[in-house]
Amino acid sequence: MTPAQAPHEPLQGPEVPVPPAPVIRMRGVTRTFPSPPPVTALRSCELTVLPGEYVAVVGPSGSGKSTFLNLLGLLDRPSSGTYELDGIDTGTLAESRRTALRGQRIGFVFQSFHLLPHRTAAENVALAQLYNRTPRGGRRAAARDVLQRVGLGHRLDALPTRMSGGERQRVAIARALVNEPSLLLCDEPTGNLDSVTADRVMTLFEELHATGLTLLVITHDRDVAARAGRTVTIRDGVLRPGVAAPSGGRA
Amino acid sequence: MIPRTWRARRPWRARAAGATRSAVPHSRLSLVDLLAEALSGLIQRPGRSTLTLLGTVLGVGAFVAVLGLTSTAAGQIGHSFSLLQDTTVNVADVGPPPAAEADTNRGPMDFPADADARVGRLNGALAAGVYWPAPFQQPRVSASADPSGAAAGQGLSVYAMSPGALQAVQATVSAGVLYNDFHQQRDLRVAVLGAAAAQRLGITRLDAQPAVFVNGTGFTVIGIISDTQRLPQSLLGVLVPSSTAQHLWGNPLQGDAFKARMVIATRTGAADLIAHQAAMALRPDDPSLLSAAAPPDPASLRDAVAGDLTGLFLLLAAICLVIGAVGIANTTLVAVLERTGEIGLRRSLGARPRHIAAQFLTESTVLGTLGGLIGTALGVATVVLVAVGRDWTAVLQPWTVVPAPFAGSVVGLLAGLYPSLRAAWVEPAEALRR
Repeated sequence: MTPAQAPHEPLQGPEVPVPPAPVIRMRGVTRTFPSPPPVTALRSCELTVLPGEYVAVVGPSGSGKSTFLNLLGLLDRPSSGTYELDGIDTGTLAESRRTALRGQRIGFVFQSFHLLPHRTAAENVALAQLYNRTPRGGRRAAARDVLQRVGLGHRLDALPTRMSGGERQRVAIARALVNEPSLLLCDEPTGNLDSVTADRVMTLFEELHATGLTLLVITHDRDVAARAGRTVTIRDGVLRPGVAAPSGGRA
Repeated sequence: MIPRTWRARRPWRARAAGATRSAVPHSRLSLVDLLAEALSGLIQRPGRSTLTLLGTVLGVGAFVAVLGLTSTAAGQIGHSFSLLQDTTVNVADVGPPPAAEADTNRGPMDFPADADARVGRLNGALAAGVYWPAPFQQPRVSASADPSGAAAGQGLSVYAMSPGALQAVQATVSAGVLYNDFHQQRDLRVAVLGAAAAQRLGITRLDAQPAVFVNGTGFTVIGIISDTQRLPQSLLGVLVPSSTAQHLWGNPLQGDAFKARMVIATRTGAADLIAHQAAMALRPDDPSLLSAAAPPDPASLRDAVAGDLTGLFLLLAAICLVIGAVGIANTTLVAVLERTGEIGLRRSLGARPRHIAAQFLTESTVLGTLGGLIGTALGVATVVLVAVGRDWTAVLQPWTVVPAPFAGSVVGLLAGLYPSLRAAWVEPAEALRR
């Protein structure tokens, strides 16, 4: 059952994670902003995401989604509680290690794509390999492979300005995938897309999920959330499993 | 539970097994990547980059052009001066201490009678001769024997000048001939007029054998000179053979203005040598009576030229550079604000603040270097064109041209400091929300 190396690490005690180790393990994560008066944006969050899971986090605006996303993406530190990514306790890491961890283990997909307008699709994808010691020579090939994976093998040298929204988001997804991250962290990935293209992107997510990728999608769109394997609701800074009862009807 | 093949297919899973700190190597940005990123940032906005360059181009270009033109002009002036100065030696009669000759205001004649020949024999001397102003405070010079008509001759000088001196000043004869040793040896009363003196006296033609009268003594005018290479004051004078003058009026007067001197024309480059030898050749018995002046150092002359205006222009060039720096700083700062989203993205891709700062700093430094290079090229071109246009020799000091592009780099580097720090301080979470 246990991996061969476990007996050689007696220091780990009873909390040895059973494989597979969770990609995300949050324990009592709270984030308080010290502005007068102090604002608690996130309260005692507990979340475990296992490898290969597809989790959606839903919540209205102002619910603490952004704070939660920043914590997950290592762009912010919790005020209290622990956050382990890939079994690494991120709270003890220096900022530079957190930055490296972010670049190597997390693939970000943003609502506004964040593509560099003057660079081709392949160059935009290759940008993700700039800071993680990938040799220059191999970048173009890796970018081509991953663009083919998202169905854009024919648009390697197209500029984002000449692409449709769906294509742009797929380039962004390819960029997030090129470093083979442990976690694909998507922030409103369909927010800027019409329903047809949004559906294609969601289908792509499902295909990626099927290959074993771990996805966490933050959205306010219940249709998007419904296609995930598991849904977590965030409201007023508190995280709860399942879909909360609809309130107000505002998306 | 998990088959090995599964791990092998998904390398991102395999990494999690060895979850230690060493599994998270620091982010890195290679120098090549840094340069490539900075260049592509500049090339993306060619128009703006070009405009930003202008200030640095002007500043560095002005620096190179001003320094180049100054050295070219100084070299040119120095060149024309040195051509004459390098071939001229003046020997002055410093004489014994004045107390020794208390009986008269006439100094001794320390030049020997055959002075011209003694110096003329020196290797490198072309011509040499003694001259001194006639020993009168106010010589009365007129074209007729009637002293009342002397008004025309007011202000004219009379020089006793040996035939060798006439050769040494390289006089250009416009009419008649110069007097020579024949006239000198016989103390003949002949005169050569400078062009200005001839004009004053109304003597333009020599076929009527005109005469000039100096203090009532008549001289036959045998030649008129229109120009000289040395002793230009002789153009305003009546020149008479030195032996005639000595015979008529005695030795030169005491005092700096009236002393006998010798002018020597030498071959190019021989002036120093002749200056060292002249006194000994003239008075081997007591060389200290005479003092030969070596030509002035051409270098000091050039320095004098590279003076006042240069300082002003360099100040203007420095102002241009400052404006260039402000331009680069401004553009880079605008770029940082514009590209906040890009900064956030790069941070999310694992860039550390120092990588962001390095990128923008490199952009501004490349911009400055580029401006420096273009400015240097334009500055050099300006100097060369001006030199060609004026038939000068372009003189560019390596110490002004070689560091010029680096001046641009320094400007760019300094200008980029604040904007790149601003870029490094960008909060990625904030930046990504845009």
